[in-house]
Amino acid sequence: MSDFLKSAADPKQDVAAKKEALMNTIRSEMALAQAQDLLNKTNEKCFAKCIVKPGTSLSSSEETCLARCMDRYMETFDIVSRTYAHRISKESNQMKEGAL
Amino acid sequence: KEILAFVTKEQAQSRLNNQIHTFADICWDKCITGTPGSRFARGEEACLTNCVERFLDTSLFMVKQIQQRQQLQHTSL
Repeated sequence: MSDFLKSAADPKQDVAAKKEALMNTIRSEMALAQAQDLLNKTNEKCFAKCIVKPGTSLSSSEETCLARCMDRYMETFDIVSRTYAHRISKESNQMKEGAL
Repeated sequence: KEILAFVTKEQAQSRLNNQIHTFADICWDKCITGTPGSRFARGEEACLTNCVERFLDTSLFMVKQIQQRQQLQHTSL
């Protein structure tokens, strides 16, 4: 509240700056949540694929498998992303043409 | 006002992202059957793209089916 009283100089600019800051916070929170989701999923999938019989520690072959698996899952995410985006734009173009 | 429009857009983006996560999950299970290698085996990449496309085809198909059934119900009344 005291900030509100201090910025008598240019209140419009202050509000705009606050808006921008809020939007940036929201954007980075969402990006963080998305990254966490991806990491959790990768853990789940790669554990299932690579750790067949849990031992007292991770063997080096298990570690190699996990590293490869992580790369492949991230690649999968990219491929799926691109395919989905491509399909969406194709469908929306078709709809536009149908309307003409 | 401006914030509301922004949040709505972010929510839509978030729903899209969740869909992509779902696809990655389903299609990984369907297509990557063996131990992951240092790159995709032959056909795995094609399987992934097909998987997404067929899933979307499936959704559209289901919608059409439901519409047909609804129409049949209306005509029989």
